[in-house]
Amino acid sequence: MARKLPAKDVVIIGLGWTGSIVAYELADAGLDVIAIERGPWRNAPTDYPPGYAPDELRYRIRHELFLRPEQTTFTFRNKMNQTALPIRTWGAFMPPNGVGGGGVHWNAETWRFLPSDFVLRTHLNERYGAGFLPEDMTIQDWGVTYEEIEPYYDRFEYLCGTCGQAGNLKGQIIEGGNPFEGPRSRPYPNPPQQQPFAATLFAKAARELGYKPFPQPSGNMSRAYQNPLGVRMGPCTFCGFCEWFGCGNHSKSSPQTTILPALIRKPNFSARDNCEVTRINLDASGKRATGVTFVDTGGNEWEQPADLVILSAYTIFNVQLLLLSGIGKPYDPSANSGVIGRNFTHQTISDVVSFFDPAKFTFNPFIASGAIGTCVDEFNGDNFDHGPHGFVGGGYMGQVQTNGRPIETTPVPPGTPRWGAQWKKAVKENYQSALKPGTGVHGSMYSYRDVYVDLDPTYKDRFGRPLARITMDFHDNEIKQNKFLTDKFAEIFQAMGAKQVHKEYRKAPYDVTKYQTTHLCGGAIMGTDPSTSAINRYLQSWDVPNLFVTGASGFPQNAGYNPTGTLGALAYWAADAIRNKYLKDPGQLINA
Amino acid sequence: MINRRKFLVSAAIWFAGTTSLTRASVIRDHMPWSPFPSSRPEFARPGPWQFFTSDEARAMEAIVDRIIPPDPETPGGKDAGCAVFIDRQLKGPYGSAGGLYKLGPFTKGTKEQGPQSPLTPAELYRKSLAALDKHCKAKAGGKSFDQLSAELQDDTLKKIEAGDIKFDGVDAQGFFSALLKDVPEGFFSDPIHGGNRDMAGWKMIGFPGIRYDYRDWITRHNERYPHPPVSIMGRADWSPHKA
Repeated sequence: MARKLPAKDVVIIGLGWTGSIVAYELADAGLDVIAIERGPWRNAPTDYPPGYAPDELRYRIRHELFLRPEQTTFTFRNKMNQTALPIRTWGAFMPPNGVGGGGVHWNAETWRFLPSDFVLRTHLNERYGAGFLPEDMTIQDWGVTYEEIEPYYDRFEYLCGTCGQAGNLKGQIIEGGNPFEGPRSRPYPNPPQQQPFAATLFAKAARELGYKPFPQPSGNMSRAYQNPLGVRMGPCTFCGFCEWFGCGNHSKSSPQTTILPALIRKPNFSARDNCEVTRINLDASGKRATGVTFVDTGGNEWEQPADLVILSAYTIFNVQLLLLSGIGKPYDPSANSGVIGRNFTHQTISDVVSFFDPAKFTFNPFIASGAIGTCVDEFNGDNFDHGPHGFVGGGYMGQVQTNGRPIETTPVPPGTPRWGAQWKKAVKENYQSALKPGTGVHGSMYSYRDVYVDLDPTYKDRFGRPLARITMDFHDNEIKQNKFLTDKFAEIFQAMGAKQVHKEYRKAPYDVTKYQTTHLCGGAIMGTDPSTSAINRYLQSWDVPNLFVTGASGFPQNAGYNPTGTLGALAYWAADAIRNKYLKDPGQLINA
Repeated sequence: MINRRKFLVSAAIWFAGTTSLTRASVIRDHMPWSPFPSSRPEFARPGPWQFFTSDEARAMEAIVDRIIPPDPETPGGKDAGCAVFIDRQLKGPYGSAGGLYKLGPFTKGTKEQGPQSPLTPAELYRKSLAALDKHCKAKAGGKSFDQLSAELQDDTLKKIEAGDIKFDGVDAQGFFSALLKDVPEGFFSDPIHGGNRDMAGWKMIGFPGIRYDYRDWITRHNERYPHPPVSIMGRADWSPHKA
């Protein structure tokens, strides 16, 4: 029997990027806010001291900062006629755990989506005509436009101290930036990071091929920075232990280094760590959330009543909690009805590994940061004419030097034996002169009728709750897109003077053992029609108006960029709607 | 009115009742601080084998020296401590599949669905090393793996890799896959874990370890970084009395 705690105005489920942002904004509006986080409290200086944080085995290989699959995991299958089996150890993506969420261990690649990404179906149908899209592709418009959320992108970037070169300032194209980006209202708060050798070679070769290369927008600081909340960050030292690791330098944008120190000082905010929300509770009508039930580490069950519930866990946990709480109609791919679980997507990535002459090239791959490097955006979204190619979507491509950590990044030429004297010799010869971009081809994944999340009929978590079941495979559209992009990307490395270029195309079937970003998206998507979306343009549940669902679970499909910039912007956008619209007149904000 | 004794008893019950909450805490007003909240790194101490029997250890030292053979400039897997590394790992959480999802049913799926074996890494090594020993003794006139010539050792490992040698009751190729993951990890992980002795793996490729700050070198393009590596435990020449 759950013990009942004193009621709060707002309960936040999950204290990562979006939970921290909404918590700050609502506490700032004077509401009494509590955040409940499944994992432990984490703080930059105590949890990741530079003296032992750079431990590749502990953090990269043994997954120290992530959720333990024994706490909960997912089941997976490629096709609806297969039996899904549990993911026993993480592979394709890394579910976060603890305060800060994925913001602790990301690379801090901080992008905006293209204006056309937000009106994708309308845009593509207008440009290419109805019938160009595959029949089972279920992409949608978001219900919000780039112009509407631009101010919130700006707020997130100034919170983070994002380092970059503007390419489009209020419509004026700026040399050296990304000419394809949507208009931004002001420059990035900080200049780009200094570029390592390989990135400058990439930029030169890309320019010669007619592209417009630019430094990747990064949350690894190019200089000391104080954000609008008064929180200070220090310059990145290029330690090369960024993604999978926490930053003890206060040099990487994360909730810990940008917002939590300001949030925690608000007297009307508190957080509970090591407590897992198991259910969002509804009243008898089923149309109003009354709060949440959670379990502490001792197995005790507690009820936290609240007037407003913010669901801000990792993508697939948002979807799972909605399903387990009976909120919204579960998606049924056979009947093509229901909403919770539909339009689930990931990212279509691939890489090109290049081998240069060791006598002429020394890249020092370990001098690295999560987002340091140079990219081109000619083949992202609808930046090029897809008419002749027979696919839609695309991605950015970049020589992003994330690490030279030797367990992970010791590339050898194809054909080298996997062990023995020849392998050892090849590792030694190529370590300094091979390039294996930490981010290479970073392509979109669009949504399909048979890629979705529901509850598994067999496997359970430690509380006996059904695991979420992922049904996911690559479709031809993404495979064609990836081949086209990977070929284009490889041409740049040829032009840089590589003696051997190896293309690692992404191929079907989707493989849950191969890491391909943690950018799971969708499953509780935003939109304009309650029959095809779970939440409205303000991230408010269509079914339970005092519930808002933040994060990438709301993306109707995934674009060819990293999602954090967009989910941060949408969190500010939703918080603004709650402050300025919902609190004045609590109820459904959109009459659909 | 509550008397002192009653208060102490109820307080004791309250404290006892909330010990289960010691890890779940409420945070407000200030950033919580405690020393090493994320637990200090564990130091793989030198000394006797902790997981392997002496027979298993002899086989493992021979195996790691074939996966990464010595050459005139760089030690092989054995002298770099790869078998010690794997020994300490198998004794620890990795060996018992700590933190992984271990609930059944266990069903063989597709390659894309990932490993589904109920065997822990410790069990996989124990059973596989026994099976390898049995195989070698049957094929090579009673000799164990470590007693074979380097050529025969390589030949045996290649056949396991190719699936031409099967073990009774355990997946030989699965064992080889574990070796191809675990041995290089022992060669390249921080020496605090028992392998990469004297940072031999890092010196071989020019990886500087945990130096952390390369602001002086980021724009020195195409110039080899000149400084030797540093590990979590420092460097031998910094603390010669401990060497």
